Formats: sequence, structure tokens, C-alpha cells
Amino acid sequence: MSEPKFNNALVRWIDHRLPVFTFMHHEMHEYPTPKNLNYWWNFGSLAGIVLVIMIMSGIVLAMHYTAHVDHAFQSVERIMRDVNYGWLVRYIHANGASFFFIVVYIHIFRGLYYGSYKAPRELLWMLGVVILVLMMATAFMGYVLPWGQMSFWGATVITNLFSAIPLVGESIVTLLWGGFSVDNPTLNRFYALHYLLPFVIVGVVVLHIVALHRFGSNNPLGIDVRGNQDTISFHPYYTVKDAFGLGVFLVLLSAVVFFLPNSMGHPDNYIPANPMVTPAHIVPEWYFLPFYAILRAIPDKLFGVLAMFAAIGVLFILPWLDRSPVRSATFRPIYKVMFWVFLFDCVVLTWLGAKPAEGIYVLLSRLFTAYYFFHFLILLPVLSIFETPRALPRSIGKPILEGGGGAMAAAPAAPREKL
Amino acid sequence: MADTNEGTTRRDFIHVASATAGALGVACVAWPFIDQMNPAADTLALSTTEFDVSGVEEGMSVTIVWRGKPVFVRHRTEKEINEANAVKLDELPDPQIDSDRTTKPEMLVLLGVCTHLGCVPLGQSSTDPKGEWGGWFCPCHGSHYDTSGRIRKGPAPTNLAVPPYKYISDSVIKIG
Repeated sequence: MSEPKFNNALVRWIDHRLPVFTFMHHEMHEYPTPKNLNYWWNFGSLAGIVLVIMIMSGIVLAMHYTAHVDHAFQSVERIMRDVNYGWLVRYIHANGASFFFIVVYIHIFRGLYYGSYKAPRELLWMLGVVILVLMMATAFMGYVLPWGQMSFWGATVITNLFSAIPLVGESIVTLLWGGFSVDNPTLNRFYALHYLLPFVIVGVVVLHIVALHRFGSNNPLGIDVRGNQDTISFHPYYTVKDAFGLGVFLVLLSAVVFFLPNSMGHPDNYIPANPMVTPAHIVPEWYFLPFYAILRAIPDKLFGVLAMFAAIGVLFILPWLDRSPVRSATFRPIYKVMFWVFLFDCVVLTWLGAKPAEGIYVLLSRLFTAYYFFHFLILLPVLSIFETPRALPRSIGKPILEGGGGAMAAAPAAPREKL
Repeated sequence: MADTNEGTTRRDFIHVASATAGALGVACVAWPFIDQMNPAADTLALSTTEFDVSGVEEGMSVTIVWRGKPVFVRHRTEKEINEANAVKLDELPDPQIDSDRTTKPEMLVLLGVCTHLGCVPLGQSSTDPKGEWGGWFCPCHGSHYDTSGRIRKGPAPTNLAVPPYKYISDSVIKIG
């Protein structure tokens, strides 16, 4: 770690007293990053940027939104019709939520494939799961705010999950509602929390990054960095790569915002909330569907709810379920296959969550729910014992320097010093 | 890298080009996020107000709302009009003759917002203090306005504004 030299006298003056520039130089410029990261490593910084987009568009919406059952729906329609560019900001926010989950789910599956949750990154992983849970709570409460039919009945169904708790369940639900049904007090508190939680997420993201920078990024080979020859500085090599990924992401987000803005929403939410009539087919937003499928797969109220929460909870203990010392699936022949089987399982659960809970779908939901837990609770611990990993490279630099490194051979052997 | 002459390189060009493209992109995105704070379409739709002045008797003042702000409509007495006309222009901080401030001399229409810092001056009610010149008095920081709504004393820099209005019939004015 060299002391950075700043040319600007004002920067030097400030930095001497408040070393923010040194800090940024260390953490965002010279921060040594494995030189073999592939594009799957773009999604962490991308998620951070999406969080910023969500907060910025959300603050704009909050300037025009009214959190009252008599005005909420109208105020959202006013945003769509009357507020300058309100339609744009709202579509960015609504579709941004979906894209946020796409980015974060890819980020999570990247961690699963390359074993990024393993020592010494267990806390980094667990903080990530905390972020996921906070995101889900935030997204759920945000979906209630437009006060359409899906908002109202989504809020009713999800809050009723807590009624499954023995003895105190009903009291807890009344507490959550602030009344005897989802009503104005519920809407008000959801709005307050929907504004608060993103900033809590920012706080946990900071911890997530602190934990990340303790040992640096994992990498596609899953082996530790051995020295400077294995790393390149974050800037410009990964800033430019992240910027390119951001460009691609923004093209996709813009395509949906401008051309398919309601493709991921439900038409029923353009009907004002009616506490007397439930829509025929209640479906949560797509990013909740796998968990919703697990909830419905269990034919018991309490155990269904427990299974749904356990589906996320199991991620917390993942670092202790998968005891294999080899991180990357590249060197784990069986796990590599089972990873894709598990991904398929999650995709099918997502599909099942959108289907009505009847006929063959119930049976399939049960099978795929069982497999979800089998993967974590039985397969991973057993694989840790019986799987024979392939030989690991001696260092990140090795497979590159000794030729035949496939796509990675194109990478320069040593970072060029130019700038 | 290809040719690297002294000073500038292709890479410098790429840096400048990408920074420029990035700045343009940010500016394009920034505009909707700024413009959303401007008045919305439904707010702009409420920007005119019609009012029938025939109900305002001589010596009477009425306050109506235009764009969320008070508008003073005062049916002035002969005495008040004469006072307003009698003033010499060089006595006024913001010189303006009374007839430039009215369409019909007896019906004075003013934006009831003090030009100092936006308080509503007193003087609409018969019991209000009207200031030393018998017009309006702003209690916030002590500005005195005369019977034409012109600033005479105090920190306000200009006369009470006359909103854009016209008579759309003999007795109905449309403000805005």
C-alpha cells in the first residue's frame, strides 16, 4: 500500500486532516483485485448502483405520493399523468425493483457456484443474506403503496403469514395492521418503513463492502491470491469493466422501462383496493414466487410458513453446510452438476409459484421444495465428504503464464503501467 | 498502443470522449429528475381564476385565491383614488402612476403578497391596520403600502404586484 500523491493542493490540505481521498484511493483505485474475475463479478457493484437508482427515483416518488387510503391510488395516477416525467420515474422505480432482484439473484448464484461463502468470507455472505431479506421486506411494502387490488390483497396475505405463529399469532397480525384489517394505519407504517429500510440496506451494504475488502474478492478459480502477480488494481481495470456492464444493464433496463413497462406487473393493481373483493388469482411479484411455491407446497399453515422462512434461513448457515475446502465449482465435478440441478429447481419453483395451487402443480411443488432443502441439508454436507475435487492450480498466475489458459490467455501477464 | 506522440495519445482521446458521453448521459437523466419538481399538469390547469367583481361594494375589499396565493380586490372610494393620484412620483421608492395599476380606476386588483419576503399584508378587513398611507401594512417587517398598493415605507423593494387579469365581461375578471 503506497501513500497516494495528490497533485491538487486543496485535496492534499483536506486529506491531511480528513483522509477521505487516501481512503478512496486505497479502496476504489489501487485496491488489489484478482486479475481473473469474469463478468459474473460485475453484479456486486451493479447491485450497489441499482440501489442508488432505486433510492433516487424513490425519493422523487415520495415527493408526490400521498400515504392515505383515500388518496394513495389517486396520487399514483397523478404521478403517471400529471407530474412532469412522473411516468418515467415511476416506471424506473417499479421495473428497477425487478431488475434489482435479477441482479442480486445472479450475484447470489455466482457466490454459490464459486463458493464465495466459504472461509474467510462467511460473514460477508451472511451480510449479503441480510441484505436480501431487507430487500424483500422493502419490495413487499413498496408494492403495497399504490393501494391497488394486488397491493391490498398481497399485504393481507403476507401479514397473515404471521398468524401461523402459535398462541400470539393473531395478536401479532393485529399489531402489524394497527387495526383489524389492512387499512390506513397499515399503509402509513408501510410507507414509513419503505422509506427507512433502503437506508438500512445502505448501512449493511457498507458492512458488506468492509467485509469484502478484508480479504478481497473471491475469483473463478476459488484459490487465494498469492501475491501482487495475481492481482491488478481496481481502477482502471475493474472500474472500466463495471462501467461497461453498467452500460449493458442500463440498455436492458431502458428497453423495459420505455417499451414493456408493465410486463412484470399485474393489471389488477390498476384497480383501486377493494377490501370486499379478492381478485381471482393472487400472485406475488415474480421475485417472491419460489418462496411462495414453497409456502403452498406444505399442507399445514404453520409448517408452510416455517418452510418459506427456512428457505432463506438455510442460506445463513450455508458456509457450515458445505464443508468442502474447494471453493470453485470448476474443480468440483459433482457439485458443478448439482449446482445446475439446483438452479433448475429454483427456476421450476418460480414457475410453480405462479401456477394455481391445484392438481399436478401441488405435487410438483412438493417435489421441488423437497429437493431445495435436500440440496442444502443433505447433498452439500455429504458431497463435502465424498466428492474428490480436481487438482487446484498453484496460483492464479500459473494457468495463465504456462499457456493454454483458454480465454484467460488473452489477459496481459502483467498490468500495463499507463495513465 | 499505436502511435504515441508527445502529450496526447489515443487513450487520452478515449478518456475525453467517454467522459463527455458520460456527462451528456447524466445530464439527460438529470433533467427529468429536476423537472418533476416543476408544477404538474393538474397544478398548471388551476392557474386561472375567474371572479365577479360586481358584488364588491364601494369601500369593500375581498380576498380571492389565485394559484394558491391571495389576490386583493378592492373597490376604492373616490377619496382613495384621489389620494393615489395626488402623490408625486419622485416620492415613491418604486415610481408608478395609479392608472397604470388598474384597468378600471375604482377596482384595484393586487397580488396580496408583500414584495419583501412574501407575507400577506393587513388592510383587507375594516379593523386591520392599514399603514400610514391608508392602504396595506405588512406586519412581518413593517412595510407600508398606499391606496394604490405602492410601497411607501419599509423594507419591501417594489409595489404590490398587479396580477395579469382582464375583464371578460363588464363585471367578471379572469386572473392569470
